[in-house]
Amino acid sequence: MSDVRKVLIDPIVDNNPVTLQVLGICSALAVTTSLLPALLMCIALTSVAATSGAAISSIRHRIPNNIRIIVQMTIIASFVIVVDQMLKAYAFETSKQLSVFVGLIITNCIILGRAEAFAMKNGVGMSFLDGLGNGLGYSAVLITVATSRELFGSGSLFGYEVLPLTSNGGWYEANGLMLLPPSAFFLIGLLIWAVRSVRPKQVEHPEYQIHEVHRTEVL
Amino acid sequence: MSDSRDSIANTFLVAIGVSLVCSVLVSAAAVLLQPLQEQNERLYRQQIVLEVAGLYEPGIDIEERFAAIDSERVELAGGDAAEVFVVRDGGAVEQVILPVSGPGLWSTMYGYLSLEADGSTVRGLRFYEHAETPGLGDQVEKADWLAKWPGKQLFDANGDVRIEVVRGQVADSDNAIYQVDGMSGATLTGRGVTALLHHWAGPLGFGPYLQNISSEAAGDE
Repeated sequence: MSDVRKVLIDPIVDNNPVTLQVLGICSALAVTTSLLPALLMCIALTSVAATSGAAISSIRHRIPNNIRIIVQMTIIASFVIVVDQMLKAYAFETSKQLSVFVGLIITNCIILGRAEAFAMKNGVGMSFLDGLGNGLGYSAVLITVATSRELFGSGSLFGYEVLPLTSNGGWYEANGLMLLPPSAFFLIGLLIWAVRSVRPKQVEHPEYQIHEVHRTEVL
Repeated sequence: MSDSRDSIANTFLVAIGVSLVCSVLVSAAAVLLQPLQEQNERLYRQQIVLEVAGLYEPGIDIEERFAAIDSERVELAGGDAAEVFVVRDGGAVEQVILPVSGPGLWSTMYGYLSLEADGSTVRGLRFYEHAETPGLGDQVEKADWLAKWPGKQLFDANGDVRIEVVRGQVADSDNAIYQVDGMSGATLTGRGVTALLHHWAGPLGFGPYLQNISSEAAGDE
C-alpha cells in the first residue's frame, strides 16, 4: 500500500517533474494564461501519461531493446492523437486555444521520461499510477501558475471576474506582463525556489566550484 | 525469452504489431469522433459568420439565428462556385458576407468579409483559420486589429479595388478610407490580407457579383 502511495503522491511535491526535474516547461509557459485551457491540458497530459505508461508496461518484456524508444514514442503518439481528437469533439473552443500544445504532449519529456525510467521496469498497475502521479505533479504546477496568471493578468478565474478591472470601471489595474510567456518563467522560478526552501534536500549541488587561480598554479 | 527478444524476427514482430494496434486505435478515434467534430466545426463557422455580420451575442441559438440568413451560390470566373450569405431586411439586401481566403506568410488564411448593400463598405472581417506567427501575424484574428476594418471602402468611385493594409499607421489623407493600420511585426501577413482582398474583390473573385448587388441597391432607391 505504501508503494502505491509513494508512486502516486511523491511526484506531487517531493519528486515533482517540473520543479525538481525541470521537465515539461515549454507547455507550462504556453498554456497557462488562463485556467480553463491549463486545466484541459493537465487532464490531457495526465491521461496520456497514465495510459501510455500502462500500455508500455504491458508489453515491456517483448519490446526489443534497440527499438524501444521508437516503440514508446509510437504508443505515446497514438494516445496523444486520441486525446486530441476527443478534445476537438467534446471541448472544441478550448481545444482551439490549446492549438498545437496538445499535439506537442508527444514530445513532453515527462511522458517519455516516465516510460523509459518507470514503465519499462515495473508492472502495469504501478506504471499507470506512476503516470497518474506525475501527471498530477505537472498539473499542480500548471494550475498554480495559471491561477496567478489569470487572476493578476485578467482579474478573473475561469473567465469569471474576481478583481474588477479599471478598464471596466473597477479598481484593479491588470498586469499585462502576466499574460506574456516570461511571467510563467518567473512564477515557475519562484515556485522552484519556494519548494526547495521548504525541502532543502532538493537543492542541487553545484557542478563546478569557481575558485581563484593563483599564478603559481598556472605555472 | 530474453534471448529471442532482441532477435531480428521479434524486432519486426513488435514493430509491426505495435504499428497495427496503434493505427487501429488512431483511426477508430478519428472515424468515431468525426461527426461530432464536423458539427463543432460547422457551428463555429456559423458563429463566425454571425460575428462578422454583427448578429452574434453570447448565449444565442447559433443554428436558429443562422437559418434566418440566406445563402446563395455565386459562380466565379474560374468556373468554381462559392457560398455567400445575404442578410436581408424585409426584401432589401442589408449586408453580404463573402468567404475569403489566401496566402499569408506561412499559411492559407480563411475568413469572412461582410459588406454593406453598396458592395463596398466593410461591415466586418474575421479570420477563422490560419497558421501565422503566434504573437505577430496572429493579430489577424485579434479583435483589436479587426475593429479597424468597419467603415473602410473596398472600391473607389471608379470601381477600382483600393483597400490596403499599410505599413505602420494610416496617415491622415484622402486615401485613409481605403487604408487599415498594419500589424507591427507582421508586414507580410498584412500584405497577404491586402492581396487576398484584392483577389476576392476583383474580376476573378466576387467583383461581378458585388457590382450586381450595388446596382440593385442603387436601383431600389
